Amino acid sequence: MLNSDTMTITTPNDREIEITRVFDAPRTLVFKALTTPELLKTWLLGPPGWTMTVCEIAPKAGSAYRFEWRKDDGTVMGMGGVLREVIQDERMVSTERFDTSWYPGEAVITQSLVEKNGRTTLTMTMRYESREARDMVVQSGATAGMGMGYDRLDELLLSLGAA
Amino acid sequence: MQLKGYGRLTPERLNATFAALADPTRRAILTRLAEGEASVTELAEPFDMSQPAISKHLKVLEKAGLVTRGQDAQRRPRRLEAKPLAEATEWLERYRKIWEGNFRRLDALLDELKRTHKKSSTTR
Repeated sequence: MLNSDTMTITTPNDREIEITRVFDAPRTLVFKALTTPELLKTWLLGPPGWTMTVCEIAPKAGSAYRFEWRKDDGTVMGMGGVLREVIQDERMVSTERFDTSWYPGEAVITQSLVEKNGRTTLTMTMRYESREARDMVVQSGATAGMGMGYDRLDELLLSLGAA
Repeated sequence: MQLKGYGRLTPERLNATFAALADPTRRAILTRLAEGEASVTELAEPFDMSQPAISKHLKVLEKAGLVTRGQDAQRRPRRLEAKPLAEATEWLERYRKIWEGNFRRLDALLDELKRTHKKSSTTR
């Protein structure tokens, strides 16, 4: 909850969504959390009942990545793409496509990290192939695809942090 | 995939709303109108701007459905329309919650990483 007020979401143009968030950590650690499979599995999770079953990613330009989540009722959701550009601790550009395409086309995600006084601002820009695709992503938010509720996992990580 | 209770919500309308909200003067006008209706003259007062400039901003706000004109033919008071604002807020709010959840977990992870990082560098 500490950093809730540091997050902004904007729609800079018809096809994009931009999220910025400040983290109380140096950017090397944020980059690590964004690109290390064992770490991604602890926070990029589904709502209660979901686990991340496949997490294949290596911070190398040109490499493919693959994520899969499984719900306790057996439902599987997968997505993947290619890391187009990787600058260690600084910037990553990737493509994103879900197996069951709940929005048309492919998205291009740009993540950049800027550190100041030990705090890091993450800027994520999601660029979709059309305005319609972008709006579908936002409108279906809480129910489909990456739109999953994460409350219980929040607690999990908090307890990990306290351990 | 339409939001419940907002049957007429369209991407066009949302875009008009967000475009209207993108300008600081227009946001200030809306803040003023949230206190009650006001004429163009009254709205122009706090700004270092001509009435035509304010009228131009009002036109954008009216087109987005955020502002309407009152009955008084002399003053033509403008008033705030709350519904499109509520729609736009809800549209982004659902999305925000998803990411806020993600990032809160990431906060906890980063705290843990910082701790282990410190530990390993002090034992070195």
